[in-house]
Amino acid sequence: MSRIVSRILTTAAVAGLALAPTLALAAPDLGPAERQATNWTAIIMFGVFVVGTLYITKWAAGRTKSASDFYTAGGGITGFQNGLAIAGDYMSAASFLGISAAVMISGYDGLIYSIGFLVGWPIITFLMAERLRNLGKFTFADVAAFRFAQTPVRIFAASGTLVVVAFYLIAQMVGAGQLIKLLFGLDYWIAVVIVGALMMVYVLFGGMTATTWVQIIKACLLLGGASFMALSVLWHYGFSPERLFAAAVQIKTDIAAQGGASPEAARASGLSIMAPGTFIADPISAISFGMALMFGTAGLPHILMRFFTVPSAKEARKSVMWATGWIGYFYLLTFIIGFGAITFVLTNPSFLEPGGGLIGGNNMAAVHLAQAVGGNIFLGFISAVAFATILAVVAGLTLSGASAVSHDIYSTVIKGGKADSASELKVSRITTLTLGVLAVLLGIVFEKQNIAFMVSLAFAVAASANFPVLFLSILWKGTTTLGAVVGGFLGLISSVLLTVLSPAVWEATLGNPTGSAPFPYSSPALFSMTIGFVGIWLVSILDRSRRAQIDRDGFLPQQVRSETGIGASQASSH
Amino acid sequence: MDTSVAARIAANPDYQRLKSTRSSFGWTLTIATLVVYYGFILLVAFGKNLLAIPLGSGVMTLGIPVGIGVIIFTIVVTAIYVRRANSEFDALAEKVRQEVLK
Repeated sequence: MSRIVSRILTTAAVAGLALAPTLALAAPDLGPAERQATNWTAIIMFGVFVVGTLYITKWAAGRTKSASDFYTAGGGITGFQNGLAIAGDYMSAASFLGISAAVMISGYDGLIYSIGFLVGWPIITFLMAERLRNLGKFTFADVAAFRFAQTPVRIFAASGTLVVVAFYLIAQMVGAGQLIKLLFGLDYWIAVVIVGALMMVYVLFGGMTATTWVQIIKACLLLGGASFMALSVLWHYGFSPERLFAAAVQIKTDIAAQGGASPEAARASGLSIMAPGTFIADPISAISFGMALMFGTAGLPHILMRFFTVPSAKEARKSVMWATGWIGYFYLLTFIIGFGAITFVLTNPSFLEPGGGLIGGNNMAAVHLAQAVGGNIFLGFISAVAFATILAVVAGLTLSGASAVSHDIYSTVIKGGKADSASELKVSRITTLTLGVLAVLLGIVFEKQNIAFMVSLAFAVAASANFPVLFLSILWKGTTTLGAVVGGFLGLISSVLLTVLSPAVWEATLGNPTGSAPFPYSSPALFSMTIGFVGIWLVSILDRSRRAQIDRDGFLPQQVRSETGIGASQASSH
Repeated sequence: MDTSVAARIAANPDYQRLKSTRSSFGWTLTIATLVVYYGFILLVAFGKNLLAIPLGSGVMTLGIPVGIGVIIFTIVVTAIYVRRANSEFDALAEKVRQEVLK
């Protein structure tokens, strides 16, 4: 890493990828990052990753012949592999850089945040994973529309998928561009084009097989790199958490004292990293945000799709167990890494701007720590891993968006379920290309925008639209086509609308004065999820149509199949 | 699956046992997870001082083992469900399949 001559960055490059600013966490507004000097070690390591993954794509392309291969890798992924791939899909660059930065700044609050991202997994395990596998084939709409009139429910599910994918994808593209300016010293647009082009190659030629392996490799690299950092930090303190925490508290105390605080105030400030601080602005926001994370995880289309890549319900359960284990382990690592950043990075002038603050912004905490514990080579490695992480996530998102268009809209709605595999595959590839180009263009358009809200919006929509429809269609006999569609769209519209009216968009993005947001809470989920659920319930019980009777009668066969797997779609031959 | 096959399976005692055991087990663990997580969030909102209680003579607070504990709980509770489902529930489902589809 070269000496940085840029001015102090008060903005953090990828904060907006995951950290909702209104939670008073360490998420300054998302602004343009300063381009840094070109980092050749990182670029070469990333080049190795790209060559390796393209080789895998070439191999996967030979196996991607049917629509089933394209969407689900032929259903031949094992539970362990799928667990790693889910972890690779879910652990974004923002989790890694953003949460370790949050821990570095406010300690305990960062832990509270990461717990929210983990607690959706048991819910998926207990209520959804095996039933999804038993009922579905390619997309979550297969499950949501199982016993309903296909056209309206598919249109709803495809809308829910595309809205989630669009916001998540834009956030990832903008994050990639900002991150690469910092880590590799390349121009923003180059980074966005590279991400878009590689992602299109993986998905177009290698479909789900290539996407899965990119995610598995990325998960291994990220878990390996983060383990090395956490172990290095712990090793330095004789593997005593108490000594690590004591050192961090001392450093925070000294920083506060240098800032002019009285000894008592400085000590209090130091100790504040060991307990909850300002994370919870108000309990309503906290609970609402917790609901968005917990139930949003269970409604993310690109995650749900992964359950169709395994051959059986047993493997689906194993997948989610491994995924939960790896993701939980990863959040424990980021907690240690954040404390390591306090003791190794905040004390080392070569990582600090003259006026205080981290070179490149707070989200560079883990990256600077990589250099502190592993030198330039390891710094290059972690930078390359951060870029690879974004690639793996966008590939999964694009595949999920493409299947919503080709499988749900084209094959089921337009062709009435009679499309042949070859033409469906062709439509998926055209959609992949379109989504890739759109993602690059939107990534460039949104470069200077405040997009901090986009990931939390994606989770809110998933929790308020996709999750209620899926949940009630699987578990409640009374759900009807009309109820699912009306309630689902109500959840979708209200979550988007309330997000626009919340401080994160109304004030931070649209530039209205502070305090003027009509919806005062940081997440709409508590309200929009309620609207979604009540909408489905109310419309369903009032629904006296002939279709409603067919929908209710269809519950028993659906339930039997979801519980026993009898009649479930099998893995394809290879 | 046509409705008559479904009705036959639904009437099978092993199927009914599978459905009710799994449902009560799944919902018990779901409620436990909700209680632990939202209990933790409410503690963060209303019991900050409780979580800041020091443990021992150093800087360690009660909040650290509680927070780490929630992560470990999440992983363990998932593993408990999957172990039971992959042995007991799958065996039961297989039995139903044998009985009905012979």
